[in-house]
Amino acid sequence: MLSPKEVEHVALLARLKLTDEEKETYRRQLSDILDNFRKLQDLDTENIPPTAHVLPLQNVFREDRVGGHMAVEKVLANAPQRQDNFFKVPKIV
Amino acid sequence: MDLYYLTAHQLHNMLVNKEISAVELTKSVFARIDKLDDRIRAFVTLTREQALQQAQQVDNARAAGEELPALAGIPVAIKDNICTVGVRTTCSSKMLYNYIPPYNATVMERLNDARTIMVGKTNMDEFAMGSSCENSAFFPTCNPWDTERVPGGSSGGSAAAVAAGEAVLALGSDTGGSIRQPASFCGVVGMKPTYGTVSRYGLVAFASSLDQIGPLTRDVTDCALLLNVICGHDPFDSTSAPYDKPDYTSFLTGDIKGMKIGVPVEYMGEGIDSAVKEVIKKAIAVLSNLGAEVAETTLPHTEHALPAYYLIAPAEASSNLARYDGVRYGYRSEKAGDVVDMFMQTRSEGFGPEVKRRIMLGTYALSAGYYDAYYNKALKVRTLIKQDFDQAYEKFDLLLGPTAPVTAFKRGEKVDDPVQMYMVDVCTLSVNLAGLPAISVPAGMAGNLPVGLQLIGRPFGEGDILRAAHAFEQTTEHHRKFPE
Repeated sequence: MLSPKEVEHVALLARLKLTDEEKETYRRQLSDILDNFRKLQDLDTENIPPTAHVLPLQNVFREDRVGGHMAVEKVLANAPQRQDNFFKVPKIV
Repeated sequence: MDLYYLTAHQLHNMLVNKEISAVELTKSVFARIDKLDDRIRAFVTLTREQALQQAQQVDNARAAGEELPALAGIPVAIKDNICTVGVRTTCSSKMLYNYIPPYNATVMERLNDARTIMVGKTNMDEFAMGSSCENSAFFPTCNPWDTERVPGGSSGGSAAAVAAGEAVLALGSDTGGSIRQPASFCGVVGMKPTYGTVSRYGLVAFASSLDQIGPLTRDVTDCALLLNVICGHDPFDSTSAPYDKPDYTSFLTGDIKGMKIGVPVEYMGEGIDSAVKEVIKKAIAVLSNLGAEVAETTLPHTEHALPAYYLIAPAEASSNLARYDGVRYGYRSEKAGDVVDMFMQTRSEGFGPEVKRRIMLGTYALSAGYYDAYYNKALKVRTLIKQDFDQAYEKFDLLLGPTAPVTAFKRGEKVDDPVQMYMVDVCTLSVNLAGLPAISVPAGMAGNLPVGLQLIGRPFGEGDILRAAHAFEQTTEHHRKFPE
């Protein structure tokens, strides 16, 4: 069973602000899910390499040439807040 | 028969022979939407004016004597996680409720080049996380066969639209079964191509090593035609596979004599509804009668696929969804104090419960101290699952089983129990972990609900599964059934 502290730590890592009710629900549900996943530990995978990706592709480079790029106005069109040609955010320091 | 229930290849002939116009066809589909979508709720956004303009252009081209490409003038519904320039793309999330993409996904460019007509953007589980369309932040979509039931998910809106005649073709995306399972629940054809076949450029990322865009259609011929349009290498997607793309319709010969088909015992065992099993057994008999050599086989690590998947997919999602911070696009909380507080408030208010659950699970699996026990372990199990398939394909050309262990369930039946909900993907998600192509075709009914037959091929074996699915379809009438 996950502890309330672990849930809070994971939520902070994920940048989620959870209500007390959510913390308790996720604590219970994540514990359930992880319990169900315990059968993975029964498998001996000592000498098995991990597969992160199925295609045998490596280092897909493109030519080092200037291509087309999107106009600044288009890039900023969806900004919740902007000032001149910048995304505007609350105070950082 | 009304226009909106015909297949794309039938409609193409009618367009070429000037029996109908693209504008007429588009209007027929919108009339159907006006009549039904209050009840089905397949669409988040309709693009009526743009559609009629596109249709008029097709009619003008025809009048000017131009030859019409195979899918010109055919109305298509697009899942709302595929970027459409100038048209809201929400992922059925509050987080992107106002997002208007400044560019098109590669598949949209290809559909436009093929002169198809976009009808609108379809509802889905939020960020494609779910198996029932109930996780949409806006509203649930209903199954056209029984409106108290779910259409499946996450591409539930696309599957429901095709099944109800609200579009002739649709695009979905499939990370663990999200095209095939709703196709099964709604009685339509749905295909997840081999990983790397269809560009992911402009598909809002869920789990990047598993996501693929694919077709939802009324029959296998339409599936091959739509795959022809959307597949092929794309320099904008570094995981796009360089391969020679065939004409997929060339595989639709009707001849499957001598084809070797394996039935993994794990797909016909415990946990599979008995009525579903009966339909699949009949389908096996049909394929045998057509000359296929069907035999039992085994994929011994099947039971480990579900936990491996539900660690890998959330881990990738937790990383992919880190971009939603309220800075550059989408929702931003008004309550924010400093910038970190703004990130946290925005994410807490913008994401729904299942998305948060998966971000939490993925973050946990990747966090210091648990990475080896969970994430890396799951990647090693992924290797074992892939090896199971490699071994099976030494003896068989393709594998077969049910697409889902059950038929469409009632809304609300599984929402409170994530483990039960995740079980619905048990037959489909191994395929994503191994990167293989698979198709779901209507195989019959259990009561008044459709059952899908899943055919799984070798990497880039789309031709094999289309050939077998097409041969099966030619001898059955299931794909000609429509909901009342």
